[in-house]
Amino acid sequence: MSLPPDLKSNFPLLSQTINGHQIVYLDSAASSQKPDVVIETMNDYYRTINANVHRGAYQIAAQATEAMEQARAKLATFIGARSANEIVFTKNATESFNLIARSWGGQNLGPNDVVLISDMEHHANIVPWQILAAEKGFELRWIPLTPDGHLDLSQLDRLLNGVKMVSVTAMSNVLGTLNPIREIADKAHSAGALMTVDGSQYVPHLPTDVMELGVDLLCFTGHKMCGPTGIGVLWGRAELLDAMPPFLGGGEMILDVRRDGFTPNELPHKFEAGTPPIAEIIGLGAAVDFLDSLGMNEVRQHEIDLTNYALRVLNDRYGEEITIHGPSSASERGGVLSIQYRDVHPHDLSQVLDQRGICIRAGHHCAKPLMRELGVGATARASLYVYNDQADIDALAESLAPAGELFAR
Amino acid sequence: MSGLEDLYKEIILDHYRSPRHRGELDSPPAHKAEGFNPLCGDEVLLTFALEDDVIQELLISGQGCSISQASASMMSAAVQGKSVEEVRKLTRQFKVMMSIHEESIGAEDPPSEDDKPFGLGDLEALKGVVKFPVRIKCATLSWNTLLTGLDELKV
Repeated sequence: MSLPPDLKSNFPLLSQTINGHQIVYLDSAASSQKPDVVIETMNDYYRTINANVHRGAYQIAAQATEAMEQARAKLATFIGARSANEIVFTKNATESFNLIARSWGGQNLGPNDVVLISDMEHHANIVPWQILAAEKGFELRWIPLTPDGHLDLSQLDRLLNGVKMVSVTAMSNVLGTLNPIREIADKAHSAGALMTVDGSQYVPHLPTDVMELGVDLLCFTGHKMCGPTGIGVLWGRAELLDAMPPFLGGGEMILDVRRDGFTPNELPHKFEAGTPPIAEIIGLGAAVDFLDSLGMNEVRQHEIDLTNYALRVLNDRYGEEITIHGPSSASERGGVLSIQYRDVHPHDLSQVLDQRGICIRAGHHCAKPLMRELGVGATARASLYVYNDQADIDALAESLAPAGELFAR
Repeated sequence: MSGLEDLYKEIILDHYRSPRHRGELDSPPAHKAEGFNPLCGDEVLLTFALEDDVIQELLISGQGCSISQASASMMSAAVQGKSVEEVRKLTRQFKVMMSIHEESIGAEDPPSEDDKPFGLGDLEALKGVVKFPVRIKCATLSWNTLLTGLDELKV
């Protein structure tokens, strides 16, 4: 089985031209494009059943509630959760991390505690901990990297000393590295710590089963998996979420409010204050259906094949002139290729590629500690998804040389 | 959409390929100002020697894209031997040229008639950057850094 060859036709944005060239979208690690079915599902919601959820007794309000809760159930199945009540909707993965830090961290972390993250984390899994550490006085500790872009786990037992929470990414948004989450989670649990995973780059691209991963909390975002922006997910083990205090206060998250206080709602509503992004949730449900229809094993295989192709084409053509950060084998990485080409600055490279309709990301990718480890200020990143094909890679490969000539010193 | 030739003019590429006044002065006695572009990770470090309110020497180090490096290099050439007041005036003019929105000029520091006679010379080559709004911050990084450095001296 492989992905349908005409998949691009499902994504209306990809049919347009930019600067006279058919668009080549290679920035899915930042945000994926949306298939027709997601866009139509959201439109249909607004056209037919738009109403606030969990409130009205009238028909369309019940339909809206039903559609939203169906989406929650789809998400639960998609990541192997035991119950839809373990799926908490947030604004994005960043909010999911802030929820964990504020709620769990606020209750459980103090001056003698340690939170263990890594040198390849996105700022979303760094800064919420730093903000809380400044208040609570706990230590933020970092798992270092090996020269080939893996986590250096040789000292993990020592690093876990005194740790209450381990929070690492399942896949680096810069290096593409896939981390051994199960192994880290098992060791974290043996050391008495909980395990949070950043699944922002992983869940959209690989089959995900939170029980197999053996973790306690998982953060990911909708817009990187064919869904809309403005909708993220926090998954947590029910018993853990139950024990955590509310994060944001307001409507929906309460069972009762009195002058002298309030009683929080049941899961998952306890963490969903205010009117949720209903259309976005339903749209994300449609995205899950779309990915399910492709099959996540097929999605992964497609990306392994395309990553192998890209590594081969770029290295064969440019040899010493190009550095592709991260693991050299596609089986150890996702389709994220951070490139240094000659001494062309990533900003300049992406500007030249843009003239040819090629969209890549230039910058630090919200991972400045990692940039410092790599000794660069920025990288040019091409990232792949279900709609990319070999022609996209060829267009990228064709376009590096002219950029090199323009900026040759 | 503008073509790349509007952005990457030959004089800009020349400053990028052969940057002027690269290096660092010993600080102290020289003054120091550091700037970052949080969007792309570009960094600039300026060290400059002041005497009688005149910039005797200004050196640049750091890393960045062709636009930020060329702009810094052109700035370094433009400010040597100028008084702080002249440099402020030049910076205002440059930022006016680089602005697409009124607010990016800074309401507290509007351009005045005074600013007009002062020519921008080679710096006008950077005018094309305005057509590429995401690159404006690259072009203004070193200038904003210098302004901050001068403000900290309170001269």
